[in-house]
Amino acid sequence: MQALTNRVKTVSRKPMNFLERLYIPAIIQGMIITFSHIFKKNPTISYPEQTRPFSPVFRGLQILNRDEEGRENCTACGLCAVACPAEAITMEAAERQPGEEHLYREEKYAARYEINMLRCIFCGLCEEACPKDAIYLSETFTPADYQRKKFIYNKQELLIPHPKEDPEAYKKALGNRAKQQDSDTKN
Amino acid sequence: MFLAIDLAFIIEKLVLIIIVVMGSLLIAMYATYAERKVAAVLQDRSGPNRAGPFGLLQPVADGMKLFFKEEIIPAFSSRFLFILGPGLAMITAIMTSAVIPWGNTVEFFGRTISLQIADVNIGILYIFGVVSMGVYGIMIGAWASNNKYALIGGLRAASQIISYELAMGISLIALLFLTGTLSLKEMVVQQQEGLWNVVKQPLGFFIFLICAFAECNRTPFDLPEAESELIGGYHTEYSSMKLGFYLFAEYINMFISSAVMATLFFGGYDVPFLDESTLAPNIAALIGIAALMFKIVCFIFLFMWVRWTVPRFRYDQLMHLGWRILIPLALFNMLLTGAVVLYFNK
Repeated sequence: MQALTNRVKTVSRKPMNFLERLYIPAIIQGMIITFSHIFKKNPTISYPEQTRPFSPVFRGLQILNRDEEGRENCTACGLCAVACPAEAITMEAAERQPGEEHLYREEKYAARYEINMLRCIFCGLCEEACPKDAIYLSETFTPADYQRKKFIYNKQELLIPHPKEDPEAYKKALGNRAKQQDSDTKN
Repeated sequence: MFLAIDLAFIIEKLVLIIIVVMGSLLIAMYATYAERKVAAVLQDRSGPNRAGPFGLLQPVADGMKLFFKEEIIPAFSSRFLFILGPGLAMITAIMTSAVIPWGNTVEFFGRTISLQIADVNIGILYIFGVVSMGVYGIMIGAWASNNKYALIGGLRAASQIISYELAMGISLIALLFLTGTLSLKEMVVQQQEGLWNVVKQPLGFFIFLICAFAECNRTPFDLPEAESELIGGYHTEYSSMKLGFYLFAEYINMFISSAVMATLFFGGYDVPFLDESTLAPNIAALIGIAALMFKIVCFIFLFMWVRWTVPRFRYDQLMHLGWRILIPLALFNMLLTGAVVLYFNK
């Protein structure tokens, strides 16, 4: 019969010889193989203590950004909500009152800002749409909770820690983005 | 006066029994941990490492879990036998440790204490008897479950033990030709003076090893359990600590059969190239216990190593190996040994 492809491999049907039928050499071979695995490096990452390094473009949970003085960048323009294909973002705008200049960078701000993390598909279009660099996707992932309503993150949960009051947490929340910003300023 | 001596003797034996039973329980406990760790290492994984440092408290956590689990006795099972099964498995597993010499003698309070619970002159026959009773635990439990998978598992266990006990016994007869005694203690003493029996009986040891795997229901002979085809085999219907007893009995059996193999073929508590009589008796005994434990650990590792290497046999392959290969081989070994013994004794 003509073979259909040139990758055909014929299986050997020849009867096993005595050593092969004895099976013991095969067992010993197998045991040597398993024993050699004792000395192999273990690829496991002990997850909560160690995390895998992500690429800089990894898209995790959203973070609402502040500027260097700790003022919120968001002006509640709604572009992120428009851009969002999953319609996960809801917001309400408010006007900045006199005396609130240290809280909000511009005269309009988001009084309510919610992202439904169960709807979010982590596409990062909100980050692309934002003209004020107010929202970006962090490296945080796998949020877990017992109730669905807990997955609707409000503004307090989304906001980055204050850079002056809590600089360490701020640095941590920035993550890889801090390095990016450094390189941006250098360029 | 007589009463006083007897009382000391009873206390001495009681303490020894408690130590041996607790020791074998502890070792069986950590054998479950070792099994998971060995499996993990052989498969490039980490294994249990959450409970305590290096996961060392894992067996404790497992035991607690089994204790607090809901206990289910199926409605159509026969209740008495259902409870008797795991108990019997556990009792027979522990009973075998009675005749194994764990070390030579120690001296406490001016008394010489033998580190063997009972030096009966038919020690090895006792072990055989108790081990073959162990299968009743499995069979009774399987039968009482009133479940077809459990029943198949129990049947397999029974026929497997019958088949492999024959070859095991015959391979042992060849060894008894050489030693001329059934007492385990005397066998160890003989091996201390001469060569280890494994040198004189390599084929006999090999057959004994294979049969020990089969008797312990360890892979590649774990057909009574066969979780992938019999959903757990004989312990399908068991839950909570009764299941724990079955699993635990398996590890104790493994420990005891390692100890038996070490005693019969690898000199028991004998350390090669070391003259024990020059040392203080207590130190010599300690070294002896350590040597025996080392041998046992090596055997337990072998059990686990084989488990994570060799796949389970098919049932007809199991029967073929038992009846048509091991028994003729054991008979041949017996004849050969007999001929050699006869020739040199002439």
